[in-house]
Amino acid sequence: MIIQTIVKKNAYYDSVTLMLLSRELKKLEGVEEILVGMGTDLNIELVQNLGLFSGELESITSNDLFISAKFDETRTNLEAIEAAFVEQLNKTDQKEADDDYQPPTLKSALQYLPDANMVVVSVPGQSAADVVDEALDNDLHVMLFSDNVSVEDELRLKQKAVNKGLLVMGPDCGTAIINGAPLCFANAVRRGRIGVVGASGTGTQEVTVQIHQMGGGLSQVIGTGGRDLKEEIGGLMMIQGFQALIDDPETDLIVLISKPPAASVAEKIYRIARQSAKPVVIDFIGGDRAAIEAVGAIACISLEDAARKAMAKLNGQKVADFVGFSLPEAEIEQIVDKAVATLKPDQTELRALFTGGTLADEAMKLLGGRYAIYSNIPLSPEMAIENMPDQKGHLCLDLGEDRFTRGRPHPMIDPQTRTEFFRSHVDEQTAVILVDVVLGFGSHADPAGAVVDSVREVRERLGKVGREVVVVASVCGTDLDSQNLERSVRALESEGVIVMPSNAQAVRLTDRVFQRLEKGN
Amino acid sequence: MSVNELFKKDLKVVNIGLKSFYNDLKSQNLTAVHVNWKPKAGGKTRMVSLLDKLKKMN
Repeated sequence: MIIQTIVKKNAYYDSVTLMLLSRELKKLEGVEEILVGMGTDLNIELVQNLGLFSGELESITSNDLFISAKFDETRTNLEAIEAAFVEQLNKTDQKEADDDYQPPTLKSALQYLPDANMVVVSVPGQSAADVVDEALDNDLHVMLFSDNVSVEDELRLKQKAVNKGLLVMGPDCGTAIINGAPLCFANAVRRGRIGVVGASGTGTQEVTVQIHQMGGGLSQVIGTGGRDLKEEIGGLMMIQGFQALIDDPETDLIVLISKPPAASVAEKIYRIARQSAKPVVIDFIGGDRAAIEAVGAIACISLEDAARKAMAKLNGQKVADFVGFSLPEAEIEQIVDKAVATLKPDQTELRALFTGGTLADEAMKLLGGRYAIYSNIPLSPEMAIENMPDQKGHLCLDLGEDRFTRGRPHPMIDPQTRTEFFRSHVDEQTAVILVDVVLGFGSHADPAGAVVDSVREVRERLGKVGREVVVVASVCGTDLDSQNLERSVRALESEGVIVMPSNAQAVRLTDRVFQRLEKGN
Repeated sequence: MSVNELFKKDLKVVNIGLKSFYNDLKSQNLTAVHVNWKPKAGGKTRMVSLLDKLKKMN
Protein backbone atom coordinates (compact mmCIF):
# COMPACT_ATOMS: atom_id res chain seq x y z
CA MET A 1 0.00 0.00 0.00
CA ILE A 2 1.24 3.49 -0.78
CA ILE A 3 -0.15 6.94 -0.05
CA GLN A 4 -0.07 9.55 -2.82
CA THR A 5 -1.62 12.96 -3.33
CA ILE A 6 -2.54 15.15 -6.28
CA VAL A 7 -3.08 18.88 -5.72
CA LYS A 8 -4.88 20.97 -8.34
CA LYS A 9 -4.31 24.68 -7.71
CA ASN A 10 -7.27 27.08 -8.00
CA ALA A 11 -9.90 24.47 -8.78
CA TYR A 12 -12.98 25.05 -6.63
CA TYR A 13 -15.83 22.55 -6.28
CA ASP A 14 -18.53 22.50 -3.60
CA SER A 15 -18.19 20.13 -0.66
CA VAL A 16 -21.23 17.97 -1.38
CA THR A 17 -20.05 17.24 -4.95
CA LEU A 18 -16.59 16.25 -3.67
CA MET A 19 -17.86 14.11 -0.78
CA LEU A 20 -20.09 12.15 -3.15
CA LEU A 21 -17.14 11.77 -5.54
CA SER A 22 -14.92 10.46 -2.70
CA ARG A 23 -17.47 7.77 -2.06
CA GLU A 24 -17.56 6.70 -5.71
CA LEU A 25 -13.75 6.62 -5.97
CA LYS A 26 -13.49 4.46 -2.86
CA LYS A 27 -15.18 1.71 -4.87
CA LEU A 28 -12.21 1.58 -7.31
CA GLU A 29 -10.24 -1.64 -7.34
CA GLY A 30 -7.09 -1.43 -5.23
CA VAL A 31 -8.14 1.74 -3.39
CA GLU A 32 -8.25 1.25 0.38
CA GLU A 33 -8.95 4.85 1.49
CA ILE A 34 -9.41 8.08 -0.41
CA LEU A 35 -10.44 11.65 0.25
CA VAL A 36 -11.19 14.29 -2.37
CA GLY A 37 -11.69 17.79 -0.99
CA MET A 38 -10.76 21.44 -0.95
CA GLY A 39 -7.71 22.28 1.14
CA THR A 40 -9.62 23.62 4.15
CA ASP A 41 -8.36 23.20 7.73
CA LEU A 42 -11.19 20.75 8.38
CA ASN A 43 -10.27 18.60 5.37
CA ILE A 44 -6.57 18.59 6.25
CA GLU A 45 -7.50 17.38 9.74
CA LEU A 46 -9.63 14.65 8.13
CA VAL A 47 -6.75 13.62 5.86
CA GLN A 48 -4.54 13.30 8.93
CA ASN A 49 -7.18 11.27 10.79
CA LEU A 50 -7.51 8.93 7.80
CA GLY A 51 -3.70 8.53 7.68
CA LEU A 52 -3.55 10.02 4.17
CA PHE A 53 -1.39 13.09 4.84
CA SER A 54 1.64 13.75 2.64
CA GLY A 55 4.02 16.64 2.02
CA GLU A 56 2.12 18.03 -0.99
CA LEU A 57 -0.62 19.19 1.38
CA GLU A 58 1.60 21.46 3.47
CA SER A 59 1.16 24.61 1.37
CA ILE A 60 -2.39 23.95 0.15
CA THR A 61 -5.10 26.66 0.35
CA SER A 62 -8.88 26.34 0.59
CA ASN A 63 -9.07 27.22 -3.11
CA ASP A 64 -7.00 24.15 -4.10
CA LEU A 65 -8.44 20.72 -4.76
CA PHE A 66 -6.64 17.60 -3.54
CA ILE A 67 -7.02 13.87 -4.04
CA SER A 68 -5.27 11.82 -1.35
CA ALA A 69 -5.39 8.06 -1.70
CA LYS A 70 -4.01 4.95 -0.06
CA PHE A 71 -3.91 2.17 -2.62
CA ASP A 72 -2.33 -1.11 -3.64
CA GLU A 73 0.19 -0.10 -6.33
CA THR A 74 0.09 -3.58 -7.89
CA ARG A 75 -3.61 -3.10 -8.70
CA THR A 76 -3.94 0.59 -9.57
CA ASN A 77 -2.00 3.87 -9.80
CA LEU A 78 -2.49 7.57 -9.27
CA GLU A 79 -3.11 8.24 -12.98
CA ALA A 80 -5.98 5.74 -13.02
CA ILE A 81 -7.48 7.31 -9.90
CA GLU A 82 -7.21 10.78 -11.43
CA ALA A 83 -8.81 9.56 -14.65
CA ALA A 84 -11.69 8.06 -12.64
CA PHE A 85 -12.06 11.37 -10.79
CA VAL A 86 -12.34 13.32 -14.06
CA GLU A 87 -14.83 10.81 -15.42
CA GLN A 88 -17.04 11.03 -12.30
CA LEU A 89 -16.82 14.82 -12.31
CA ASN A 90 -17.93 14.96 -15.94
CA LYS A 91 -20.87 12.69 -15.11
CA THR A 92 -21.93 15.08 -12.32
CA ASP A 93 -21.59 18.09 -14.61
CA GLN A 94 -23.64 16.46 -17.35
CA LYS A 95 -26.54 16.06 -14.93
CA GLU A 96 -26.53 19.77 -14.24
CA ALA A 97 -27.78 22.71 -16.25
CA ASP A 98 -24.19 23.65 -16.98
CA ASP A 99 -24.71 25.73 -20.09
CA ASP A 100 -26.25 28.57 -18.06
CA TYR A 101 -24.20 31.69 -17.50
CA GLN A 102 -22.49 31.60 -14.08
CA PRO A 103 -21.26 35.01 -12.99
CA PRO A 104 -18.24 34.99 -10.65
CA THR A 105 -19.59 37.37 -7.97
CA LEU A 106 -22.86 38.53 -6.44
CA LYS A 107 -22.25 41.95 -7.98
CA SER A 108 -22.05 40.51 -11.48
CA ALA A 109 -25.02 38.22 -10.78
CA LEU A 110 -27.08 41.32 -9.96
CA GLN A 111 -26.14 42.90 -13.30
CA TYR A 112 -27.45 39.75 -14.97
CA LEU A 113 -30.57 39.50 -12.75
CA PRO A 114 -31.14 43.06 -11.49
CA ASP A 115 -34.54 42.33 -9.95
CA ALA A 116 -33.27 39.40 -7.84
CA ASN A 117 -34.84 39.48 -4.38
CA MET A 118 -33.41 36.43 -2.57
CA VAL A 119 -29.88 35.09 -2.12
CA VAL A 120 -29.44 31.45 -1.10
CA VAL A 121 -26.05 31.06 0.59
CA SER A 122 -24.41 27.66 1.16
CA VAL A 123 -20.69 28.49 0.99
CA PRO A 124 -18.39 27.19 3.77
CA GLY A 125 -19.28 28.76 7.12
CA GLN A 126 -16.12 30.85 7.51
CA SER A 127 -16.92 32.70 4.27
CA ALA A 128 -20.69 32.93 4.72
CA ALA A 129 -20.94 36.09 6.85
CA ASP A 130 -19.14 38.15 4.18
CA VAL A 131 -21.50 36.90 1.47
CA VAL A 132 -24.58 37.65 3.60
CA ASP A 133 -23.26 41.13 4.42
CA GLU A 134 -22.95 41.89 0.73
CA ALA A 135 -26.47 40.56 0.04
CA LEU A 136 -27.94 42.74 2.81
CA ASP A 137 -25.99 45.76 1.51
CA ASN A 138 -27.84 45.18 -1.77
CA ASP A 139 -31.22 45.05 0.07
CA LEU A 140 -31.69 41.35 -0.67
CA HIS A 141 -33.37 38.77 1.52
CA VAL A 142 -31.17 35.82 2.50
CA MET A 143 -31.57 32.12 3.08
CA LEU A 144 -28.38 31.03 4.86
CA PHE A 145 -27.98 27.26 4.64
CA SER A 146 -24.32 27.30 5.77
CA ASP A 147 -23.50 26.23 9.30
CA ASN A 148 -20.36 27.06 11.32
CA VAL A 149 -21.30 30.76 11.39
CA SER A 150 -20.44 32.34 14.76
CA VAL A 151 -23.18 33.52 17.13
CA GLU A 152 -21.65 37.02 16.98
CA ASP A 153 -21.94 37.09 13.17
CA GLU A 154 -25.47 35.69 13.31
CA LEU A 155 -26.58 38.40 15.75
CA ARG A 156 -24.91 41.18 13.78
CA LEU A 157 -26.36 40.01 10.43
CA LYS A 158 -29.86 39.54 11.83
CA GLN A 159 -29.81 42.97 13.50
CA LYS A 160 -28.73 44.48 10.19
CA ALA A 161 -31.52 42.60 8.40
CA VAL A 162 -34.18 43.69 10.90
CA ASN A 163 -33.08 47.32 10.57
CA LYS A 164 -33.53 47.03 6.81
CA GLY A 165 -36.78 45.03 7.02
CA LEU A 166 -35.12 41.97 5.41
CA LEU A 167 -35.02 38.26 6.17
CA VAL A 168 -31.89 36.34 7.15
CA MET A 169 -33.20 32.77 7.36
CA GLY A 170 -30.36 30.89 9.07
CA PRO A 171 -27.53 30.09 9.60
CA ASP A 172 -28.04 26.35 9.39
CA CYS A 173 -31.51 26.86 7.93
CA GLY A 174 -32.54 23.89 5.81
CA THR A 175 -36.12 24.62 4.85
CA ALA A 176 -38.16 27.55 3.52
CA ILE A 177 -40.90 28.03 0.93
CA ILE A 178 -41.25 31.63 -0.21
CA ASN A 179 -44.03 32.60 -2.64
CA GLY A 180 -44.48 28.91 -3.46
CA ALA A 181 -40.80 28.35 -4.27
CA PRO A 182 -39.23 25.58 -2.16
CA LEU A 183 -35.68 26.51 -1.08
CA CYS A 184 -32.98 23.96 -0.14
CA PHE A 185 -34.64 21.02 1.71
CA ALA A 186 -38.34 21.68 1.28
CA ASN A 187 -41.14 19.47 0.05
CA ALA A 188 -43.43 20.15 -2.88
CA VAL A 189 -46.67 21.29 -1.22
CA ARG A 190 -49.69 23.17 -2.50
CA ARG A 191 -50.21 26.83 -1.76
CA GLY A 192 -52.83 27.84 0.75
CA ARG A 193 -53.74 29.95 3.75
CA ILE A 194 -51.40 28.62 6.48
CA GLY A 195 -48.13 30.43 7.19
CA VAL A 196 -45.28 28.77 9.07
CA VAL A 197 -42.21 30.10 10.85
CA GLY A 198 -39.89 27.25 11.82
CA ALA A 199 -36.60 27.05 13.69
CA SER A 200 -36.11 23.36 12.91
CA GLY A 201 -35.75 22.03 9.38
CA THR A 202 -37.29 18.56 9.43
CA GLY A 203 -39.85 19.74 11.99
CA THR A 204 -41.00 22.32 9.47
CA GLN A 205 -40.95 19.69 6.70
CA GLU A 206 -43.12 17.31 8.75
CA VAL A 207 -45.72 20.00 9.56
CA THR A 208 -45.94 21.30 5.98
CA VAL A 209 -46.16 17.78 4.53
CA GLN A 210 -48.93 16.83 6.97
CA ILE A 211 -50.87 20.01 6.12
CA HIS A 212 -50.59 19.13 2.42
CA GLN A 213 -51.70 15.53 3.02
CA MET A 214 -54.75 16.79 4.92
CA GLY A 215 -55.76 18.85 1.91
CA GLY A 216 -54.44 22.19 3.16
CA GLY A 217 -51.80 24.48 1.73
CA LEU A 218 -49.09 26.92 2.71
CA SER A 219 -48.89 30.67 2.10
CA GLN A 220 -45.27 31.16 3.25
CA VAL A 221 -42.80 28.96 5.12
CA ILE A 222 -40.06 31.01 6.77
CA GLY A 223 -37.01 29.35 8.34
CA THR A 224 -34.99 30.97 11.11
CA GLY A 225 -32.09 28.60 11.83
CA GLY A 226 -31.87 26.56 15.04
CA ARG A 227 -30.21 29.18 17.25
CA ASP A 228 -32.67 32.01 16.58
CA LEU A 229 -34.75 31.46 19.74
CA LYS A 230 -31.76 31.26 22.04
CA GLU A 231 -31.09 34.13 24.44
CA GLU A 232 -28.13 35.43 22.40
CA ILE A 233 -30.11 35.99 19.19
CA GLY A 234 -33.38 36.87 20.91
CA GLY A 235 -35.71 35.37 18.28
CA LEU A 236 -35.01 38.20 15.82
CA MET A 237 -36.08 36.21 12.73
CA MET A 238 -38.96 34.33 14.38
CA ILE A 239 -40.38 37.73 15.38
CA GLN A 240 -39.66 39.28 11.96
CA GLY A 241 -41.33 36.32 10.19
CA PHE A 242 -44.24 36.11 12.64
CA GLN A 243 -45.00 39.82 12.21
CA ALA A 244 -44.80 39.54 8.41
CA LEU A 245 -47.34 36.67 8.43
CA ILE A 246 -49.67 38.65 10.70
CA ASP A 247 -49.53 41.48 8.13
CA ASP A 248 -49.85 39.13 5.12
CA PRO A 249 -53.37 39.18 3.61
CA GLU A 250 -52.79 35.72 2.06
CA THR A 251 -52.22 34.11 5.48
CA ASP A 252 -55.19 33.21 7.70
CA LEU A 253 -53.44 31.14 10.37
CA ILE A 254 -49.86 30.99 11.66
CA VAL A 255 -47.88 27.97 12.90
CA LEU A 256 -44.67 28.47 14.91
CA ILE A 257 -42.25 25.53 15.29
CA SER A 258 -39.17 25.39 17.49
CA LYS A 259 -37.49 23.52 20.29
CA PRO A 260 -38.38 25.23 23.60
CA PRO A 261 -37.07 28.84 23.38
CA ALA A 262 -35.15 30.77 26.01
CA ALA A 263 -37.64 32.20 28.56
CA SER A 264 -36.99 35.82 27.56
CA VAL A 265 -37.53 34.96 23.86
CA ALA A 266 -40.70 32.96 24.56
CA GLU A 267 -42.04 36.00 26.43
CA LYS A 268 -41.56 38.25 23.34
CA ILE A 269 -43.27 35.72 21.09
CA TYR A 270 -46.18 35.23 23.49
CA ARG A 271 -46.68 39.00 23.60
CA ILE A 272 -47.10 39.11 19.80
CA ALA A 273 -49.29 35.97 19.81
CA ARG A 274 -51.59 37.55 22.42
CA GLN A 275 -52.15 40.57 20.15
CA SER A 276 -52.50 38.60 16.90
CA ALA A 277 -55.96 38.76 15.33
CA LYS A 278 -55.09 35.58 13.43
CA PRO A 279 -55.11 32.19 15.18
CA VAL A 280 -51.63 31.00 16.19
CA VAL A 281 -50.63 27.34 16.61
CA ILE A 282 -47.38 26.85 18.54
CA ASP A 283 -45.32 23.65 18.69
CA PHE A 284 -42.37 24.38 20.97
CA ILE A 285 -41.57 20.65 20.91
CA GLY A 286 -41.92 19.54 24.54
CA GLY A 287 -42.40 23.18 25.61
CA ASP A 288 -44.63 24.90 28.20
CA ARG A 289 -48.23 24.17 27.20
CA ALA A 290 -49.85 26.34 29.89
CA ALA A 291 -47.84 29.42 28.88
CA ILE A 292 -48.89 29.00 25.22
CA GLU A 293 -52.57 28.57 26.09
CA ALA A 294 -52.45 31.50 28.50
CA VAL A 295 -51.94 33.88 25.56
CA GLY A 296 -54.79 32.35 23.58
CA ALA A 297 -52.55 30.35 21.23
CA ILE A 298 -53.06 26.66 20.43
CA ALA A 299 -50.47 24.31 21.98
CA CYS A 300 -49.48 20.99 20.39
CA ILE A 301 -48.24 17.57 21.45
CA SER A 302 -46.50 16.61 18.20
CA LEU A 303 -45.63 17.98 14.76
CA GLU A 304 -48.54 16.05 13.26
CA ASP A 305 -50.79 17.46 16.00
CA ALA A 306 -49.70 20.99 14.99
CA ALA A 307 -50.77 20.31 11.38
CA ARG A 308 -54.08 18.75 12.47
CA LYS A 309 -54.91 21.62 14.82
CA ALA A 310 -54.01 24.21 12.18
CA MET A 311 -56.35 22.51 9.70
CA ALA A 312 -59.17 22.06 12.25
CA LYS A 313 -58.99 25.69 13.37
CA LEU A 314 -58.88 26.95 9.80
CA ASN A 315 -61.93 24.86 8.88
CA GLY A 316 -63.89 25.89 11.97
CA GLN A 317 -63.76 22.39 13.45
CA LYS A 318 -63.13 21.29 17.03
CA VAL A 319 -59.47 21.55 18.03
CA ALA A 320 -58.35 18.60 20.16
CA ASP A 321 -55.11 16.73 20.91
CA PHE A 322 -54.43 13.92 18.46
CA VAL A 323 -53.03 11.13 20.59
CA GLY A 324 -53.92 8.07 18.56
CA PHE A 325 -53.64 6.59 15.10
CA SER A 326 -55.21 7.23 11.69
CA LEU A 327 -56.09 3.52 11.48
CA PRO A 328 -58.80 2.03 13.71
CA GLU A 329 -57.53 0.72 17.06
CA ALA A 330 -58.35 -2.90 16.13
CA GLU A 331 -56.08 -2.72 13.09
CA ILE A 332 -53.25 -1.22 15.14
CA GLU A 333 -53.59 -4.07 17.63
CA GLN A 334 -53.38 -6.58 14.77
CA ILE A 335 -50.20 -4.92 13.47
CA VAL A 336 -48.67 -5.03 16.97
CA ASP A 337 -49.76 -8.69 17.47
CA LYS A 338 -48.16 -9.70 14.20
CA ALA A 339 -44.96 -7.76 14.88
CA VAL A 340 -44.46 -9.03 18.43
CA ALA A 341 -45.05 -12.64 17.35
CA THR A 342 -41.92 -12.53 15.17
CA LEU A 343 -39.59 -11.64 18.07
CA LYS A 344 -37.67 -13.84 20.52
CA PRO A 345 -37.88 -13.05 24.28
CA ASP A 346 -34.36 -11.55 24.43
CA GLN A 347 -35.05 -9.12 21.58
CA THR A 348 -35.73 -6.05 23.69
CA GLU A 349 -33.90 -3.08 22.21
CA LEU A 350 -34.83 -0.08 20.07
CA ARG A 351 -32.61 1.20 17.28
CA ALA A 352 -34.03 4.52 16.09
CA LEU A 353 -31.88 5.75 13.19
CA PHE A 354 -33.03 9.21 12.10
CA THR A 355 -31.78 11.45 9.32
CA GLY A 356 -33.93 14.36 10.58
CA GLY A 357 -32.77 15.87 13.88
CA THR A 358 -36.14 17.25 14.95
CA LEU A 359 -37.82 13.94 14.17
CA ALA A 360 -35.29 12.17 16.43
CA ASP A 361 -35.89 14.75 19.15
CA GLU A 362 -39.65 14.37 18.82
CA ALA A 363 -39.34 10.57 19.05
CA MET A 364 -37.43 10.76 22.31
CA LYS A 365 -39.83 13.30 23.80
CA LEU A 366 -42.89 11.24 22.80
CA LEU A 367 -41.37 8.09 24.30
CA GLY A 368 -40.88 10.31 27.33
CA GLY A 369 -39.61 9.00 30.60
CA ARG A 370 -40.91 5.49 29.93
CA TYR A 371 -37.67 4.20 28.42
CA ALA A 372 -33.99 4.86 29.06
CA ILE A 373 -32.77 5.89 25.58
CA TYR A 374 -29.15 6.61 24.74
CA SER A 375 -28.58 9.25 22.09
CA ASN A 376 -26.18 11.75 20.55
CA ILE A 377 -28.87 14.35 21.33
CA PRO A 378 -29.93 12.92 24.72
CA LEU A 379 -32.80 14.27 26.80
CA SER A 380 -30.47 14.21 29.85
CA PRO A 381 -26.64 14.21 29.94
CA GLU A 382 -26.30 10.76 31.53
CA MET A 383 -28.03 9.23 28.47
CA ALA A 384 -25.30 10.47 26.09
CA ILE A 385 -24.21 7.78 23.64
CA GLU A 386 -20.72 7.76 25.22
CA ASN A 387 -22.29 6.29 28.37
CA MET A 388 -23.93 3.39 26.52
CA PRO A 389 -22.51 0.11 27.84
CA ASP A 390 -21.35 -2.20 25.00
CA GLN A 391 -24.19 -1.07 22.74
CA LYS A 392 -26.70 -2.49 25.23
CA GLY A 393 -29.97 -0.61 25.69
CA HIS A 394 -32.26 1.55 23.59
CA LEU A 395 -30.64 3.90 21.09
CA CYS A 396 -32.02 6.88 19.17
CA LEU A 397 -29.64 8.76 16.87
CA ASP A 398 -29.74 11.97 14.88
CA LEU A 399 -27.39 10.88 12.10
CA GLY A 400 -27.32 14.39 10.64
CA GLU A 401 -25.54 15.76 13.70
CA ASP A 402 -22.03 17.23 13.21
CA ARG A 403 -20.12 14.24 14.57
CA PHE A 404 -21.60 11.96 11.89
CA THR A 405 -21.30 14.41 8.99
CA ARG A 406 -17.62 15.42 9.18
CA GLY A 407 -16.23 14.91 5.68
CA ARG A 408 -19.38 13.24 4.40
CA PRO A 409 -22.74 14.54 3.18
CA HIS A 410 -25.78 14.81 5.44
CA PRO A 411 -27.65 11.46 5.51
CA MET A 412 -30.68 13.06 3.86
CA ILE A 413 -28.43 13.65 0.81
CA ASP A 414 -26.49 10.38 1.01
CA PRO A 415 -27.97 7.52 3.06
CA GLN A 416 -24.55 5.80 3.46
CA THR A 417 -24.16 6.78 7.15
CA ARG A 418 -27.45 5.11 8.03
CA THR A 419 -26.58 2.08 5.91
CA GLU A 420 -23.44 1.69 8.04
CA PHE A 421 -25.39 2.04 11.30
CA PHE A 422 -27.80 -0.68 10.16
CA ARG A 423 -24.69 -2.89 9.89
CA SER A 424 -22.93 -1.83 13.07
CA HIS A 425 -25.75 -1.17 15.53
CA VAL A 426 -28.54 -3.63 14.70
CA ASP A 427 -27.93 -7.00 16.35
CA GLU A 428 -29.68 -10.08 17.70
CA GLN A 429 -31.11 -8.12 20.66
CA THR A 430 -32.75 -5.50 18.44
CA ALA A 431 -36.55 -5.70 18.54
CA VAL A 432 -37.54 -2.58 16.59
CA ILE A 433 -35.72 -0.43 14.04
CA LEU A 434 -37.42 2.97 13.75
CA VAL A 435 -36.54 5.22 10.80
CA ASP A 436 -37.60 8.40 9.02
CA VAL A 437 -37.61 8.67 5.24
CA VAL A 438 -37.40 12.32 4.21
CA LEU A 439 -38.35 13.17 0.62
CA GLY A 440 -38.31 16.53 -1.14
CA PHE A 441 -35.92 18.90 -2.85
CA GLY A 442 -32.29 18.50 -1.80
CA SER A 443 -32.87 14.96 -0.51
CA HIS A 444 -31.49 11.74 -2.02
CA ALA A 445 -33.19 10.53 -5.21
CA ASP A 446 -34.56 7.39 -3.51
CA PRO A 447 -34.21 7.39 0.29
CA ALA A 448 -36.89 4.68 0.66
CA GLY A 449 -34.89 2.43 -1.70
CA ALA A 450 -31.81 2.84 0.50
CA VAL A 451 -33.81 1.82 3.59
CA VAL A 452 -35.23 -1.17 1.68
CA ASP A 453 -31.67 -2.31 0.81
CA SER A 454 -30.56 -1.98 4.42
CA VAL A 455 -33.61 -3.81 5.74
CA ARG A 456 -33.12 -6.64 3.27
CA GLU A 457 -29.47 -6.95 4.27
CA VAL A 458 -30.25 -6.94 8.00
CA ARG A 459 -33.05 -9.49 7.59
CA GLU A 460 -30.63 -11.82 5.76
CA ARG A 461 -28.00 -11.42 8.48
CA LEU A 462 -30.43 -11.99 11.37
CA GLY A 463 -32.21 -14.75 9.44
CA LYS A 464 -29.01 -16.82 9.60
CA VAL A 465 -29.37 -16.96 13.39
CA GLY A 466 -33.12 -17.56 13.22
CA ARG A 467 -34.20 -14.03 14.07
CA GLU A 468 -36.51 -11.44 12.61
CA VAL A 469 -36.77 -7.75 13.38
CA VAL A 470 -39.64 -5.24 13.35
CA VAL A 471 -39.04 -2.17 11.17
CA VAL A 472 -41.25 0.89 11.60
CA ALA A 473 -40.99 3.93 9.32
CA SER A 474 -42.70 7.18 8.46
CA VAL A 475 -42.25 9.00 5.17
CA CYS A 476 -42.01 12.79 5.31
CA GLY A 477 -43.07 13.61 1.77
CA THR A 478 -45.92 14.35 -0.60
CA ASP A 479 -47.38 13.05 -3.86
CA LEU A 480 -45.79 16.07 -5.56
CA ASP A 481 -42.22 15.31 -4.42
CA SER A 482 -40.00 13.86 -7.14
CA GLN A 483 -39.35 10.75 -5.00
CA ASN A 484 -43.15 10.37 -4.63
CA LEU A 485 -44.83 9.49 -1.34
CA GLU A 486 -46.92 6.58 -2.59
CA ARG A 487 -44.06 4.92 -4.47
CA SER A 488 -41.80 5.24 -1.41
CA VAL A 489 -44.43 3.76 0.93
CA ARG A 490 -45.07 0.87 -1.46
CA ALA A 491 -41.35 0.07 -1.72
CA LEU A 492 -40.99 0.00 2.07
CA GLU A 493 -44.12 -2.08 2.61
CA SER A 494 -42.98 -4.61 0.02
CA GLU A 495 -39.97 -5.28 2.27
CA GLY A 496 -42.24 -5.80 5.31
CA VAL A 497 -41.66 -2.36 6.79
CA ILE A 498 -44.60 -1.02 8.85
CA VAL A 499 -45.17 2.45 7.40
CA MET A 500 -47.11 4.92 9.57
CA PRO A 501 -48.54 8.20 8.26
CA SER A 502 -46.46 10.47 10.52
CA ASN A 503 -43.38 10.42 12.73
CA ALA A 504 -45.58 10.72 15.83
CA GLN A 505 -47.65 7.67 14.83
CA ALA A 506 -44.52 5.64 13.96
CA VAL A 507 -43.17 6.44 17.43
CA ARG A 508 -46.50 5.58 19.08
CA LEU A 509 -46.61 2.23 17.29
CA THR A 510 -43.04 1.52 18.42
CA ASP A 511 -44.15 2.36 21.97
CA ARG A 512 -47.04 -0.13 21.68
CA VAL A 513 -44.66 -2.89 20.57
CA PHE A 514 -42.35 -2.27 23.55
CA GLN A 515 -45.26 -2.06 25.98
CA ARG A 516 -46.37 -5.46 24.76
CA LEU A 517 -42.84 -6.87 24.99
CA GLU A 518 -42.58 -5.62 28.58
CA LYS A 519 -45.79 -7.44 29.41
CA GLY A 520 -44.19 -10.60 28.00
CA ASN A 521 -46.13 -10.69 24.72
CA MET B 1 -37.93 45.60 -0.16
CA SER B 2 -39.79 44.64 3.04
CA VAL B 3 -40.80 41.04 3.74
CA ASN B 4 -44.43 41.82 2.91
CA GLU B 5 -43.44 43.43 -0.39
CA LEU B 6 -41.35 40.33 -1.17
CA PHE B 7 -44.49 38.18 -0.67
CA LYS B 8 -46.15 40.01 -3.59
CA LYS B 9 -43.30 39.38 -6.06
CA ASP B 10 -42.11 36.39 -8.05
CA LEU B 11 -39.12 34.95 -6.24
CA LYS B 12 -35.87 35.56 -8.13
CA VAL B 13 -32.91 33.82 -6.61
CA VAL B 14 -29.15 34.25 -6.67
CA ASN B 15 -27.62 30.94 -5.53
CA ILE B 16 -24.13 31.02 -4.01
CA GLY B 17 -22.66 27.67 -2.94
CA LEU B 18 -24.09 24.20 -3.55
CA LYS B 19 -25.07 23.93 -7.18
CA SER B 20 -27.71 21.29 -6.47
CA PHE B 21 -29.90 24.01 -4.92
CA TYR B 22 -29.70 25.96 -8.18
CA ASN B 23 -30.54 22.85 -10.21
CA ASP B 24 -33.64 22.29 -8.03
CA LEU B 25 -34.81 25.87 -8.67
CA LYS B 26 -34.24 25.55 -12.42
CA SER B 27 -36.08 22.21 -12.50
CA GLN B 28 -39.18 24.11 -11.30
CA ASN B 29 -38.70 26.79 -13.96
CA LEU B 30 -37.97 29.42 -11.30
CA THR B 31 -35.82 32.40 -12.15
CA ALA B 32 -32.36 31.81 -10.67
CA VAL B 33 -28.71 32.49 -11.35
CA HIS B 34 -25.82 30.47 -9.94
CA VAL B 35 -22.67 32.30 -8.87
CA ASN B 36 -19.43 30.51 -9.72
CA TRP B 37 -18.15 31.34 -6.21
CA LYS B 38 -14.56 30.89 -5.06
CA PRO B 39 -13.07 31.62 -1.64
CA LYS B 40 -11.82 35.18 -1.18
CA ALA B 41 -8.08 35.83 -1.82
CA GLY B 42 -7.69 32.40 -3.38
CA GLY B 43 -8.43 30.83 0.00
CA LYS B 44 -5.16 32.07 1.54
CA THR B 45 -5.98 32.55 5.22
CA ARG B 46 -3.35 35.25 5.85
CA MET B 47 -4.43 37.27 2.82
CA VAL B 48 -8.09 36.99 3.88
CA SER B 49 -7.29 38.36 7.34
CA LEU B 50 -5.28 41.26 5.81
CA LEU B 51 -8.18 42.08 3.49
CA ASP B 52 -10.60 41.98 6.43
CA LYS B 53 -8.37 44.42 8.35
CA LEU B 54 -8.29 46.76 5.35
CA LYS B 55 -12.08 46.54 5.04
CA LYS B 56 -12.51 47.46 8.71
CA MET B 57 -10.12 50.43 8.31
CA ASN B 58 -12.22 51.69 5.43
